[in-house]
Amino acid sequence: MTAATMERTGQDGRPPAGKTGPLLRMDNVSRHFGTLKAVDGVTFEMHAGELRAVIGPNGAGKTTFFNLISGLLPPTGGKVIFEGEDITGQTIVERVAKGIVRTFQITEVLPDLSVFENIRIGVETALRLNARPWISRRERAAINSRVFELIDIVNLDGKANRIVGELAHGDQRVVEVAVALSANPRLLLLDEPTAGMGDHETDHMVDLIRRLHRDQGMTILFIEHDMDIVFGIAQRITVLDQGRVLAEGEPDAISADPRVRAAYLGSLE
Amino acid sequence: MNRIIAIAAIWVALVALPWWLPLIGGYTALGSKVLIYAIATMGLNVLLGFTGGLSFGQAAYFGLGAYGAGMTLKYLAPSTPLAILIGTLVGGAAATLLGPLVMRRRGIYFAMITIAIGQLFYFIMVRWNEVTGGEDGLAGFSRQDIHFGPWLYRLDETNFYYLVLLGFTVAVAVMWMVLQSPLGHTFVAIRENRRRIEFLGVRVERYIWAAFAIAGFITAFAGTLNALLFNFTSPQDLHWILSGNFVIMIVLGGMRSFFGPLIGVIIFVVAQDYLSSITGNWMTFIGMIFVLIVLLFPRGVLGILARRVEVR
Ligand SMILES: Nc1ncnc2c1ncn2[C@@H]1O[C@H](COP(=O)(O)OP(=O)(O)O)[C@@H](O)[C@H]1O
Ligand SMILES: [Mg+2]
Repeated sequence: MTAATMERTGQDGRPPAGKTGPLLRMDNVSRHFGTLKAVDGVTFEMHAGELRAVIGPNGAGKTTFFNLISGLLPPTGGKVIFEGEDITGQTIVERVAKGIVRTFQITEVLPDLSVFENIRIGVETALRLNARPWISRRERAAINSRVFELIDIVNLDGKANRIVGELAHGDQRVVEVAVALSANPRLLLLDEPTAGMGDHETDHMVDLIRRLHRDQGMTILFIEHDMDIVFGIAQRITVLDQGRVLAEGEPDAISADPRVRAAYLGSLE
Repeated sequence: MNRIIAIAAIWVALVALPWWLPLIGGYTALGSKVLIYAIATMGLNVLLGFTGGLSFGQAAYFGLGAYGAGMTLKYLAPSTPLAILIGTLVGGAAATLLGPLVMRRRGIYFAMITIAIGQLFYFIMVRWNEVTGGEDGLAGFSRQDIHFGPWLYRLDETNFYYLVLLGFTVAVAVMWMVLQSPLGHTFVAIRENRRRIEFLGVRVERYIWAAFAIAGFITAFAGTLNALLFNFTSPQDLHWILSGNFVIMIVLGGMRSFFGPLIGVIIFVVAQDYLSSITGNWMTFIGMIFVLIVLLFPRGVLGILARRVEVR
């Protein structure tokens, strides 16, 4: 383990290809389940440094779209291109190594372990230490300080030794984000990060997303149902409906778009 | 700090065991047996309790270690260290080679394939009569005193106990180191939420394989010592009943805690030893103790006391 690997944030060491083209390009991507077209011919581009929301009614295909980006599902058509490289055939593990990191709509934590332990396994994995059956004091100190740095970033100070399964739902989701951050994401995918949260918890999460984008320059794509959040923080919005891109653009354009209003926003207001 | 004092106290008690155990009606070989089973179950627990792999056929590797050691002494060379080495390698290599068959399966299927493999080795030892002694077991070997240059370490009952205690100490130190390492943290994370850790980029199956291999080597090591303790081994040492007993011992003591299996083994072996001298139905009593403990302490005896400390 070197200082360089410890400090890899996703901003450094980007291959030249990524500087010019989009970070992520979904090229006419589809995912059909039998006759159900969960994602149907979606073309989508996202540039480094963007903070983008994906919205759409339930069943629109948002989570499936994330599954195609993260590699949980192979597409039935189209290509997934990351930094100019075709990664359609790559596994989850290969994509994580490239910096495509996600959280889930349903909370995925290590419930019997502490906040510290949840994040530590993320840090150790990012350092590719999983196969190491021993650890030196120096390495342990470096790992621990990185864990506390992440705890600090997500504002869970003072909760490091709490058992995650016993935390409030909002804090559990924050732990998930911290674990995702430990993987040094180049593209962070958050599937409904505020789902099921109270107002206070939601504020905490929204603030976290905003800070990650502003302070760390992180590229974030998030699925969200709360329109106040979406229009409050997203720079661009992609609207999915029945597996297709209904509209895409800046918040003002989206809220003014008659098709979006008809298909989706109107029904929520 | 308390923890270090507790471990030091236990270790001192173990060193002094040949003096105090006879005073309460035990005998030194019983101490050896407890430590041997403790090595086996703690090794198995790396897989069972820490990685979440339900191995119900672990006796296979215990038995392979035992046969490996016995056959080394009987057919190869009269050397105790060599017997331990070869037995451990045979059992550990078998687990390592079979790991890929096991690692992809989950839950009950994992349990079933491990039982099936275990029974396969059981039948091999029963059938391969001329070499293994078949149903009657492998006899006709005995542990040999150990020579260190001019020094001779006579392996009488007490000295053999100290050899076992040394083995126990080394095995415990190795397992402790592993469970405190990133590898050990990975094992626990797999147990807790396999999908989450997969999404961090961990190839989960490889690590289940690693846990299976580590458990195999350690259990085989215990098996070699068991063969040396009795100067005998039989197909019962590979049988699924022993595999089941290992699991019972672990659950009794607490599968989430590092030293839990040791406590479980003490309860089990002592109960077996005392009860079987009173009644032929001792297994029924073990069953009753088991049910009571599982009802009273769902996390095992030690699990209650040490819920947090152990996984760190
Ligand atoms: N693994 C799957 N197998 C079959 N159908 C699926 C699967 N995953 C999602 N779907 C279906 O695809 C559609 C889109 O689902 P999803 O992507 O979860 O929508 P959203 O996240 O926008 O609510 C839904 O009709 C859902 O039932
Ligand atoms: Mg969804």
